[in-house]
Amino acid sequence: MSKKLYLARSPRVAARKLGEEMLVMSGQGSMLFTLNPTATILWQAADGATPLDEIVERRICSEFEVKPEEAMRDAETLAEDLAKHGILLISEQPIAGQQIANSDAPAQERQQL
Amino acid sequence: MPGLAAQVERYSVVIAIGGVPVRVNTADPDFLEMLQDRYAGFVSANAEAEFDFDVDLAPATFANPDADVSVMQRSGRWFMERGDFRAEWNPATRSGIIHQSANPYSIDAVLRIVHTLVLARQGGFLLHSASAIRNGKAFLFAGVSGAGKTTISRLAPADATLLTDEISYVRKRRQDDGYVAFGTPFTGELAKLGENTSAPVAALYLLAQGPENRIDPLAEADAGRELLANMLFFAEDQEMVHWAFQAACDFVHHVPVYRLTFVPDARVWELIG
Repeated sequence: MSKKLYLARSPRVAARKLGEEMLVMSGQGSMLFTLNPTATILWQAADGATPLDEIVERRICSEFEVKPEEAMRDAETLAEDLAKHGILLISEQPIAGQQIANSDAPAQERQQL
Repeated sequence: MPGLAAQVERYSVVIAIGGVPVRVNTADPDFLEMLQDRYAGFVSANAEAEFDFDVDLAPATFANPDADVSVMQRSGRWFMERGDFRAEWNPATRSGIIHQSANPYSIDAVLRIVHTLVLARQGGFLLHSASAIRNGKAFLFAGVSGAGKTTISRLAPADATLLTDEISYVRKRRQDDGYVAFGTPFTGELAKLGENTSAPVAALYLLAQGPENRIDPLAEADAGRELLANMLFFAEDQEMVHWAFQAACDFVHHVPVYRLTFVPDARVWELIG
């Protein structure tokens, strides 16, 4: 049996739903992302406490016609991708608020004016 | 007994952009005169200022104004640097210092940065856009270099008041969800200072040149993406990113945003206002 995965929103990004699209802006390099519907579900459900398999079962399988195993594989890949871009935090343990805060780091900025 | 150090005469000018008066102090009367000329129309007769900057003029050893701007916050103070200047600003004491040579470009960049930082916390922003007032309403025309900001400014009819052909100043109104655009002295190719006046923002147009004049509404998310691409803000400061992002999202939620495709002649203004 595979390990549980927990997701939390990175405090280093800002997010907002405009119309039907979820926009996320990362503090790292001010990259702007538009989340697809599945990524939007993961983002909205990423509370640090709900395991990914539960999110997939309750939110993704009910929304899209997809087999649970396939949905889980895709969701893991997507979550890892979002984590690589600094949008989500992933852990095999529930992620507490303090851990989320500690993932934050001092920032500098550089921009052409 | 005479003092050990001679007293240095200080000259000051208050430059008010977007209703925010900034006093610039210098020991050089020629530099003061240059500032008064450069910011004519934005020099305030009122001696009151929200922020004070001392300019420490150095020989022209600084170079390369085209280098990247670096803006960092440490211990509540902002440090700004480019090839041609170094500056420090403490919002708590409302004062700062600028090290630069006697040229108008360095202080212009510092003022843009400071206004961006001030506006960000108030839901406002500086935008790469031309703007003008017509029939009591302000219209913004955003786009990258070459999109047509200078062209649309040059084609403005006599009854339009040009606020800027390059960098627009947008402030959120406190009493409601509306926005106000102010004139700026930040010029583009037109090299003409904007009028120091303001009006409520009626619309933002994203410029594109094409075979016919037409206006197409933009979906909120498209408008947000385009607005963010044209805003001046400081990329890797987490707090600034949050402020700028929320400001852009709020703006496109409350102000209509359109794609304005236009043929470069005066008829395009028949669609505006």
